[in-house]
Amino acid sequence: MVEQQQRRSTPAEDEVILTYRRKTFTVAPGMTVRDAITRCGLSPEATLAVIDGELVTDEVVLQAGDRVKLLATISGG
Amino acid sequence: MARGKHPLMKCRHCDAKAVVNMRQHKLALCGPHFVEWVHKQTERFIEKYDMFTRDERVLVAVSGGKDSLALWDILLALGYRADGLYIGLGIDGGLSYSDESHRYILDFIEARGGDLTLHTVDVAGIYGASIPDAARLTRRGREKPCSVCGLSKRHIMNRVAREHGYDVLATGHNLDDEAAVLFGNAMVWSVDYLSRQGPVLPPSHPGLARKVKPLFRFYEREMAAYAIVRGIEYMYDECPHATGATTIRYKELLNQLEESSPGIKLQYVLRFLKAREEHGLFAQVREQLDLRTCPTCGQPTTNDGACSFCRMWERVNDRRIEQGL
Repeated sequence: MVEQQQRRSTPAEDEVILTYRRKTFTVAPGMTVRDAITRCGLSPEATLAVIDGELVTDEVVLQAGDRVKLLATISGG
Repeated sequence: MARGKHPLMKCRHCDAKAVVNMRQHKLALCGPHFVEWVHKQTERFIEKYDMFTRDERVLVAVSGGKDSLALWDILLALGYRADGLYIGLGIDGGLSYSDESHRYILDFIEARGGDLTLHTVDVAGIYGASIPDAARLTRRGREKPCSVCGLSKRHIMNRVAREHGYDVLATGHNLDDEAAVLFGNAMVWSVDYLSRQGPVLPPSHPGLARKVKPLFRFYEREMAAYAIVRGIEYMYDECPHATGATTIRYKELLNQLEESSPGIKLQYVLRFLKAREEHGLFAQVREQLDLRTCPTCGQPTTNDGACSFCRMWERVNDRRIEQGL
């Protein structure tokens, strides 16, 4: 279940927290980065994931306590 | 959380973990090998499409975004004679958009020892109004300033390239940009634009600089990954006027197709170019294009008399006088 939150001060250690722009999402551990991106309503083709300051591939399986920064890659006008 | 606990995809060329997986190429690479791959591919595209040589002077249009800064970084790493051009558009949007963009470019230069040439054009200082102000004063920009912005940037880029004797003007357009523009033009069969779109736009008029897009075969996602891996800080926020832009909607649509068919965006663009080059698609349209010289600025135009840029700025400045601005 994806949960969107505006602010979370004490994230639980048994969940995965993803941030995208000013939004925060929570997903259960065990899913891939790609699935988590999709669950957040984003396109994996237009999103990159960074964990602990490092770029990771979509196939990485998320673990409890992971904090994932999602980056939009689309720009234009 | 130790990354080692995750099942990791390995780099094709070494035992390190991959940081990028490019499904359209079936290629996963670690950071150093990804950078090496981007450099080699860019070099290959520059040569394959006869964009420029190491003896030629290249002017890179830099906006402070990931693509243009990545392009500058790549060309410098490859040893090309590349200088930068920044156009100060005067966009604020509540986040000092233009000032922040400029700052990222200055930081980029400083991080490389400060010994790079950057041409800076302040639109308001030179032409009398910022892009948003000019848009408010013209019918062309009444709904959105993007048309005024695009027209002005194209003119200024060409002017600076010509005035400073650059052989070529390079922009950071990526594959997603090209696919979205192609999609938009094909939707309305804009044959004039379809006849010209490509990685190299030769100077079809003495007043035009050669324009090239060395990144046009890289996905936008790859360029963002390149910027991150190389530690290039860039303007992450979108232009405040780009919200809801048609180009972004087209990119989203094409990415939906890409999700189920990896490589479809790349094939869409490459096969279009092949159809044009090898099968003469839109060749007649290209031949019919009749370019004249603008009597005011000397740049090419399809108009009788002044070009669209000169007409627009004349109107802007007439309105400014009328309104006492």
